[in-house]
Amino acid sequence: MTAKLLEVRGLKTYFFTRAGVVKAVDGVDFALARGKVLGLVGESGSGKTVTGFSILGLIDPPGRIVEGSIKLNGQELVNLAPAALRALRGRKIAMVFQDPAMTLNPVLSIGTQMAMAVRAHAGLSKRAALARARDALGRVGIPSPEERLAAFPHQFSGGMRQRVAIAIALLHDPELIVADEPTTALDVSIQGQILFEMRRLTRELGLSLIWITHDLAVVSGLADDMCVMYAGRIVERGPASRVLAQPLHPYTRGLLQSVPGMVAPGGELAQIPGSTPSLLRLPPGCAFRARCDRASAACAAMPDLSPRTTEHDVRCHHPVGLDERTEALA
Amino acid sequence: MSSGLLEIDGVSKRFARALTLGERIAGRLGADVETREVRAVERVTLDVAPGETLGLVGESGCGKTTLGRIAAGILPPTSGVIRLAGRPVMSDGSHPRKLTTKVQTVFQDPFASLNPRMRVGEIIAEGPLVHGLVTPAETDRYVAEWLSRVGLDREYARRYPHQFSGGQRQRIAIARALAMQPDLLICDEPVASLDVSIQAQILNLFLRLRRELGLTCLFISHDLGVVRHVSDRVAIMYLGRIVELGPTADIYRDPRHPYTRALLDSVPVLARDGGKRDFKPIEGELPSPLSPPAGCHFHPRCPHAFERCRREAPMLASVAPGRVAACHLNDATASSAA
Repeated sequence: MTAKLLEVRGLKTYFFTRAGVVKAVDGVDFALARGKVLGLVGESGSGKTVTGFSILGLIDPPGRIVEGSIKLNGQELVNLAPAALRALRGRKIAMVFQDPAMTLNPVLSIGTQMAMAVRAHAGLSKRAALARARDALGRVGIPSPEERLAAFPHQFSGGMRQRVAIAIALLHDPELIVADEPTTALDVSIQGQILFEMRRLTRELGLSLIWITHDLAVVSGLADDMCVMYAGRIVERGPASRVLAQPLHPYTRGLLQSVPGMVAPGGELAQIPGSTPSLLRLPPGCAFRARCDRASAACAAMPDLSPRTTEHDVRCHHPVGLDERTEALA
Repeated sequence: MSSGLLEIDGVSKRFARALTLGERIAGRLGADVETREVRAVERVTLDVAPGETLGLVGESGCGKTTLGRIAAGILPPTSGVIRLAGRPVMSDGSHPRKLTTKVQTVFQDPFASLNPRMRVGEIIAEGPLVHGLVTPAETDRYVAEWLSRVGLDREYARRYPHQFSGGQRQRIAIARALAMQPDLLICDEPVASLDVSIQAQILNLFLRLRRELGLTCLFISHDLGVVRHVSDRVAIMYLGRIVELGPTADIYRDPRHPYTRALLDSVPVLARDGGKRDFKPIEGELPSPLSPPAGCHFHPRCPHAFERCRREAPMLASVAPGRVAACHLNDATASSAA
């Protein structure tokens, strides 16, 4: 077994709102090896973003990590002193957010804000910091990086801004990047470019990546492993190729079948009935059972996330059988 | 010759920035004042046959939403005419008005398109009441009927939009559009803001209603998978121009414009065999519509561009029965084959 770079165990992040306790992340476990890409998949409200934010210690009140452990290279990150966490963030772990316009400071030139990010962790001169910023811009495929340093965020297109955000994340050669839906706001052709760059960078730099997304096709092209989240918990976990080819959880299967392209054009898409439950009023037991066609009385008790085959775990009392899987894919 | 229910005839739309006072004075004094214009839509001609769904595909800024709004009679075109069943959708003159209620739109964002201060019943009934499609006495029954057709409980008429999820709101928006009994429905990215599992519900609803009501649709989307699923024909737009148009299956199988091909190639594929496919990104970025490249707008990003593409904008020309594409390469292959 290779040493894990990141280990998340029993993570629970709750938000204590006036309406009640929102259990946004309720017992999440996963591990990520060095140089691997993990796809964290789920719909809105599944807890995928909160999981990412928890890893970086970005949960603000009324939210709080109430339980669990997040270890990076064996070092515990939960309840780490703010100064120690700051020393890690941006240096060992970096984040790329969904909206690059929110990441960048509109009144500072790209070079200035990148140099600040460099000097926050490295005792370099302004000149050396700018040189490193320029190299980072070059690495993410921004043409003429030298000149672009003087430009302001509004002078970049959405795709270029996201490249700048990725370049900033790369400044200190982090061991782990958490990317939260970084291509969702971008056009197809630009998304293709960013995915292409990310794959190249993870290969070249041996970088570990957590890619948070709702798009299964993106995961299929990018991730080594994947976790599918539903209502704050991981419902299926395993190598991406296996989860996509042989989904065990009815929810994963439903998601895969509801993508247009799985049936003939104009045909009826398989749909998951209902909508995601409110996290304030989660029923006991399996959160998916109200929408599930395989649910039985047993589902009133929460199933464990347990291995079915090697490295392929599912949280379900009635996982999809091998017979039906072949039928569903036919 | 046209048998289209909707005819978009040579439509262009330019947006000009209003000049400042200083620039207007300078202009009066004979200075050369730069007027910056965005040519959002350039000489687009399209027909949508009765009962047909035409998909309109392009990236942000290509003008697809503007074209949809012009077709819906929301925006007046700078030049050109939109006709529905042979009659203009908008009046002429300096203050053009929409002349028909037979075109209705479903917008992208159901959080922005529903008035938060109106009850769902009022939202659906407002248009039909104003236009006399329903009498006040019949309104409740009419609203209940539309709610159940879009798969919502009739009790929901008394609730407000904020009490619904995104998917439910989009159902309300569809009910509002259809309650006007339109001949043509314009769908502007109707599922873009929805989760995958909800998206499938709305697409199924759309396909069912289209079948039941015999609707004609202009379906605008950037999602090539969704467009393939719902459209009979597809038009691909790039920087204000239609670059390719034809039956959906043909275009997806054998694109005849390099942009269409590049767009199809850059969509991540759900690889069920587990194999990782290499993404093939298009080079470069969408140029600014303020200063589009001369000649073919796509030539700076096109791997096959040659001298003529830089000078001369290609016209839409027939490449196969029922298919047109605007690319000089098709001329070259045609002439070399001849």
